[in-house]
Amino acid sequence: MRMPTLPNTPAGEVVFSVRGVTKVYRMGEVEVQALRGITLDLYSGEFVVILGPSGSGKSTLLNILGGLDRATAGTVRYRGADLTHAGDRQLTEYRRYHAGFVFQFYNLIPSLTARENVAAVTEIARSPMKPEEALSMVGLGERLDHFPSQLSGGEQQRVAIARAIAKRPAVLLCDEPTGALDSATGIVVLEALAGVNRGLKTTTAVITHNAGIAMMADRVVRMSDGHITGVEQNPYPRQPRELTW
Amino acid sequence: MIRALDRKLLRDLWGMKGQAVAIALVIGAGVATFIMARSTLDSLMLTQQGFYRRYRFADVFASLRQAPDAVRERLARIEGVQDVETRVTTAARLDVEGFTDPVTALIVSLPDRGQPLLNSIYLRAGRSVEPGHNDEVVVSEAFAEAHQLHPGSRLGATIRGKQRTLRIVGVALSPEFVYQLQPGAVIPDFRTYAILWMARKPLESAAEMEGGFNDVAIRLQAGASVEDVISRVDQVLARYGGLGAISRKDQLSNRYLSEEFKQLRQMATMLPVIFLGIAAFLLNVVVTRMITAQREQLAILKAFGYSTADVALHYIKLVVLVVLAGVAVGVGAGIWLAKGMVVMYMQFYRFPEILYVLRPPVVVTATLVSVGAAVTGTLYSVLKAARIPPAEAMQPAAPAGHGPALVERMGLARWLSQPTKMILRNISRRPAKALLTVVGIAFACGIVVIGGFYRNSLDYMVAVQFRYAQQQDITVTFVEPASERAMYSLGQMPGVKLVEPFRVAPAEFQFEQRMHRTSIRGIPEGNSLFRLLNTKLQPVDLPPEGIVLTDFLANQLKIHPGQMLTVRVLEGRRPVRQIPVAAVVREFVGISGYMRLPALNRLMREGPAISGVYMTTGAAERPAILRKLKNMPRVAGATLRESAVTNFYRTMARQMLIFVSINTIMAMTIAFGVVYNSVRIALSERSRELASLRVLGFTVGEIAYILLGELALLTIAALPLGCYIGWGLSAFIVRNLQTELFRVPPVIFPSTYSFAATVVVSAALISSAMVSRKLALLDLVAVLKARE
Repeated sequence: MRMPTLPNTPAGEVVFSVRGVTKVYRMGEVEVQALRGITLDLYSGEFVVILGPSGSGKSTLLNILGGLDRATAGTVRYRGADLTHAGDRQLTEYRRYHAGFVFQFYNLIPSLTARENVAAVTEIARSPMKPEEALSMVGLGERLDHFPSQLSGGEQQRVAIARAIAKRPAVLLCDEPTGALDSATGIVVLEALAGVNRGLKTTTAVITHNAGIAMMADRVVRMSDGHITGVEQNPYPRQPRELTW
Repeated sequence: MIRALDRKLLRDLWGMKGQAVAIALVIGAGVATFIMARSTLDSLMLTQQGFYRRYRFADVFASLRQAPDAVRERLARIEGVQDVETRVTTAARLDVEGFTDPVTALIVSLPDRGQPLLNSIYLRAGRSVEPGHNDEVVVSEAFAEAHQLHPGSRLGATIRGKQRTLRIVGVALSPEFVYQLQPGAVIPDFRTYAILWMARKPLESAAEMEGGFNDVAIRLQAGASVEDVISRVDQVLARYGGLGAISRKDQLSNRYLSEEFKQLRQMATMLPVIFLGIAAFLLNVVVTRMITAQREQLAILKAFGYSTADVALHYIKLVVLVVLAGVAVGVGAGIWLAKGMVVMYMQFYRFPEILYVLRPPVVVTATLVSVGAAVTGTLYSVLKAARIPPAEAMQPAAPAGHGPALVERMGLARWLSQPTKMILRNISRRPAKALLTVVGIAFACGIVVIGGFYRNSLDYMVAVQFRYAQQQDITVTFVEPASERAMYSLGQMPGVKLVEPFRVAPAEFQFEQRMHRTSIRGIPEGNSLFRLLNTKLQPVDLPPEGIVLTDFLANQLKIHPGQMLTVRVLEGRRPVRQIPVAAVVREFVGISGYMRLPALNRLMREGPAISGVYMTTGAAERPAILRKLKNMPRVAGATLRESAVTNFYRTMARQMLIFVSINTIMAMTIAFGVVYNSVRIALSERSRELASLRVLGFTVGEIAYILLGELALLTIAALPLGCYIGWGLSAFIVRNLQTELFRVPPVIFPSTYSFAATVVVSAALISSAMVSRKLALLDLVAVLKARE
């Protein structure tokens, strides 16, 4: 599989095409049906919020989109390239050059400073920003040499965002990015995400169980029990600072 | 610029410095043992070869009664002979001031001018003998050191019954006497046996051998056949009472040196290979678990787009850094220990100087084995972790199959507290991991047992050979075979309780093509002082006819009772006979053939002759008896059984025991490293769970019980297995450690097992104390804040 190398695509182009995806987990002795036939398209440059209660399968979907996990059945295409049947090498290449991740619990490398956490990614990317540049985009230009343990939760999450965007990914996948933060801090983080989406035209998918956040999305996908229960266009996305929860 | 990932590596390394040091110690101890053993052996061999070459050690040796000087020319004309050196040698009794035990010496002639063509001497002090000074001698270094003799010291000597005083002018070493052993003895005793060198002319007259010689050394031309030359030499010397020429292989010092080196090589191969192998295995286990515990970070790196190869390389770098540090420490320590060992061996093997060598392949092998073990462990766990999709790997591992532990199913559940159930269920839930920990600790215990077993075996060997089989206090040997009257007169001495005669004759045994040169000992019927033991170590009587062989000798010759052995006696009329092997006997020290005394006398075609007597004496009268023996002209020597034992421990056993003690220290290091790592990894695997329990109100003591209780249980389970492994490895070593000199029986005393258990338990206790400190510092808030 050859990956397209363009960092961005014109608005309206389909970036992800998900068709009939199911996912079954074996957790110890229990089988869990996490996705029960998902069909969905994500478009270039849009800011999508995937909304659903915990256990609805939204994280599973995001992980499959990010090449962190494989679907049990169905197909996922990224710009026409099949992710479902891609090998480890292709998935690695996809993650390295195309996708950026933000996790609920930041997952910073504890032994590296903010700058070095970003550098760990930029060193293997094709035309990355400087780590300092990415960090100032999320408002952390002053805390470059702090270790994760010396940063607050919101700061850690912004380092994680800087780390995700520094390689100028085509898609940014965020799993409950504000889930561990208070609302004031959460808004700072969301502003960072919105800024990246606008500034870099990065397709951004944010999953959350927090309906308040949906107000800032271009489109909201609702999920429940492994199904998509509804997709809504939001003609007037709000600014993060206008949100409350 | 250092890459971010490499910074992570260095900081991770610093973060796990305790564990890293423990791993480095394990591999360092394995490598040090290996380097020490191999380079000690290589150095000794190199030193030996260098000494032999530079001091022109001969290829063929022959002794004879006496031949005129002219015979030298005939020997030189033999095809294949390069150089011939004729010599005069004679036995003497020495009188050393202030030393009561009888001392014997071999006096060897030096040319009246210049160094000999062959077997030249290395002067450590003083000068060589000079013509015209008939009382001058050069003395062997080992003897000089034992009695603090220097150039200028004087020695009383009795040669051919005539007393004279000798003046020491030099102290020397010779390739001929590197291993300075009295013929017939098994253990060298530097105090009671000396080599003296004297100028040819005065020695000829002292030995009553003017114009003749009784000893020949020959150097062969390149490519000459040793066998052909030996048979030609024997033909030439036959009419002069030739005792049979021998090659360098059979030369006493060289042969024993070879046997010692063989034994050292076996020790130096097996122990370190076992050590290094076990260290590598433990390293592999430790690394596998360490990487497995990093599965989350590994998944993050994968999520960023690092490939499996990148991640593997990252962890390989981490592990290899630790291992290389360990190898460096091990090589350094190994070299330092080896230099010490070589110096110690020099006390025993007399070489002029030490040529220390550490061959690069030895270092390369040690490095490759260590790095290989670490890298395969890393690759295994990285690849295993990489198979899991990153999304799943970032989640905490799914709870594994639950169920009550076996103990609970047996109906004991209600007696167990919740923490105890947690311990038991944790073990039964992951039995493979528990088993690996048990095996790791057991191996650590096992190598401590190996360290101790050698001392036990030597003690047992000495007890059987010198305290059970042999009951005599003093062994008296005569200058020449004597009649039984000599025995009766010795028996008359006050304080002598019991005397028994023996006859010893040098002989060559042959079965099919296999030959062996040793001696036949004749023992009277109803003997009680020198007893032979069967394979069950019960005393046995000699059969009236036939010959009995040491089990090791029978195995070497591949001969069984009932088969006919060709015996060539190398003394007196030199008869050659076919004698049936009647039985084999177990002996741990030396090898020999045994016959009833009258049967041996018949074989020798002589009357009832004896070579010496065994005697028991009252302890109080013993010094007086020894003084009298010393003044009897026909007594060549008298050895005390107890001083032979002391001497054995002081000389032969000593280097082995030091070698083994060093190994024991290394084994203890490995044991500690393994136990510490096991508990550290368990802590990192379970810190979240334990911190959660702290949040729920458990005390530090209670969570320590959960974590360390498991270690305690696994350690206890490992001890019997470890003792069994130690026994098995010791038995394996013993099987490969058999030489003519001695065969160590596989004996392990209970004290060795309890020592090994104590070492392991102490390591567990110290590790527990170190980990308990960390438990008290667990970050509870972090657990609450973090995911799950």
